[in-house]
Amino acid sequence: MNTRNHYDVAIIGAGMSGLAAGIRLAHFGKKVCIFERHNATGGLNSFYSIGGRKFDVGLHALTNFVRPGVKGTPLTKLLRQLRIDRAEFALCEQKQSRVAFGPNGETSLRFTNDFAVFENEVATQFPKEIDGFRALVAAVKTYDDVSLEVAPISARGVVRTHIKDALLEDMLFCPVMYYGSAQEHDMEFGQFVIMFKALFLEGFARPFDGVRVILRVLLEKYRQAGGERRMKCGVQKILAREGRATALMLDTGEEITATHIISSIGAPETERLIGQAPEVAALEAGRLSFVETISILKCQPAALGWGSDTIVFFNDSAHFDYACPTNALDTRSGVICLPNNFDYGDNRQLPEGIFRVTCLARYDQWATLGEESYQAQKIRCFEEVQRSARRFIPTVSDATLTEATITTDMFTPRTITKFTGHIGGAIYGAPVKHRQGRTPLENVYLCGTDQGFLGIIGAMLSGISMANFHILQKNS
Amino acid sequence: MTKDECKQVVLDIIADIAPDEDLSNVKPEVRLRDQLQLDSMDFLDIVMELRKRHSIEVPEADYQHLASLDSCAEYLTPKFIALAAKG
Repeated sequence: MNTRNHYDVAIIGAGMSGLAAGIRLAHFGKKVCIFERHNATGGLNSFYSIGGRKFDVGLHALTNFVRPGVKGTPLTKLLRQLRIDRAEFALCEQKQSRVAFGPNGETSLRFTNDFAVFENEVATQFPKEIDGFRALVAAVKTYDDVSLEVAPISARGVVRTHIKDALLEDMLFCPVMYYGSAQEHDMEFGQFVIMFKALFLEGFARPFDGVRVILRVLLEKYRQAGGERRMKCGVQKILAREGRATALMLDTGEEITATHIISSIGAPETERLIGQAPEVAALEAGRLSFVETISILKCQPAALGWGSDTIVFFNDSAHFDYACPTNALDTRSGVICLPNNFDYGDNRQLPEGIFRVTCLARYDQWATLGEESYQAQKIRCFEEVQRSARRFIPTVSDATLTEATITTDMFTPRTITKFTGHIGGAIYGAPVKHRQGRTPLENVYLCGTDQGFLGIIGAMLSGISMANFHILQKNS
Repeated sequence: MTKDECKQVVLDIIADIAPDEDLSNVKPEVRLRDQLQLDSMDFLDIVMELRKRHSIEVPEADYQHLASLDSCAEYLTPKFIALAAKG
């Protein structure tokens, strides 16, 4: 079977999870090829250039950061499994982040990569809740969140057994949901645990040059291990017979065969490639999508008084509504990211200021517009998003911000679908996850977002776990 | 291949898959898991590296023999010798 067009494993999508799976398999001698429709790697965590300037998409911060010497956490596992020296990622830690709630952020919980800071903030501002909070943290620490066999339970339900104050409950859910939940209003407790550890018990860091550093390391490992990759070459169809995939039809019309197929493109998206009979109920796609505004500033944010916060999760309303908005946009809550405010060391700072804001958005309100109305809506929403977010960081006048801004850009749910192929612009994929990565076809497995390990470290661990579980462990 | 050489083979593999572990004082009679932070993913890698580097096959049912350096040597040394004899 080992002809030129036959692979031991074909991987669909060159995002973080597909690359990680590819590295594992190629390292252990499998003939692997990654097929990527886009011309860039990274999928949901990528970057693009406009006018010689590189913009990161996806990654605000690498979560799951732990310092050297801390073992047994996702970051350490990932580095070991991919044979990456942690110096290669050259991670720089956040300064501080906050969860800010109230019309002008009146209640604010600060956190850093030192969990004691967050615990102390909760103790000071919610003294009645601190025992419950500690009990919740203990429950999170002992929960087996990487098990491939879990019964789903409601995270809201578990959290409420420990936390009675609805404001604190919402303040804990806001960051955790914004950084990974594909489910509206609530999430599965295992997913909550993964994110709570990733954000609060571990922490945030970033390479000086952003996400492309991580991609560069992954690509180099994959190349060294002998993995092949075909860019601008999507998979159009998975051909199957008797419950097994027999071949992949590429966008070029060419057919290739593979013993195993790993798909990182999402569960409903993979199902679409398999082309289920129409009477079979399609998997539900996710409804949570986002817009993000990016402003490039000619000064460091610190010069505007924005020098302390790395990430701010905000919400202005009595309740935190993590749901698909009824309109194009919901600016009541969101996330601010100031990538300049990582600690890059003495005398080292990003050459320009960057101010990013993410808010919830509704896909169909963007997808159906004609080009002119789409552009007009983008301009209007840009303004709305920034105005809302600026309430939660020190006041800067419109004139000052305009004067400091060199250029801006914005991505919308439509951009996400265009570049990632995710149905409905669903960044975090479908609400129901498939822990074992199984699909209707016995030799096709999912990895990435819809397998259910979250964040970019989670994405890579997902690729690793699925490659181990379905292929390497079985010695097939 | 002597048993000591065999232990060194295993230690070399662990040094590559877990460079953050201190291997200078590994006690050969004590379970590796009890003195180093190694999880099931790491043990899978020991098995996979044995195959990749030395063409030694360890079936899943035999993973228990990799518990300590001593048990590794007992179990793997005959395999290395048999492989060398086949030449």
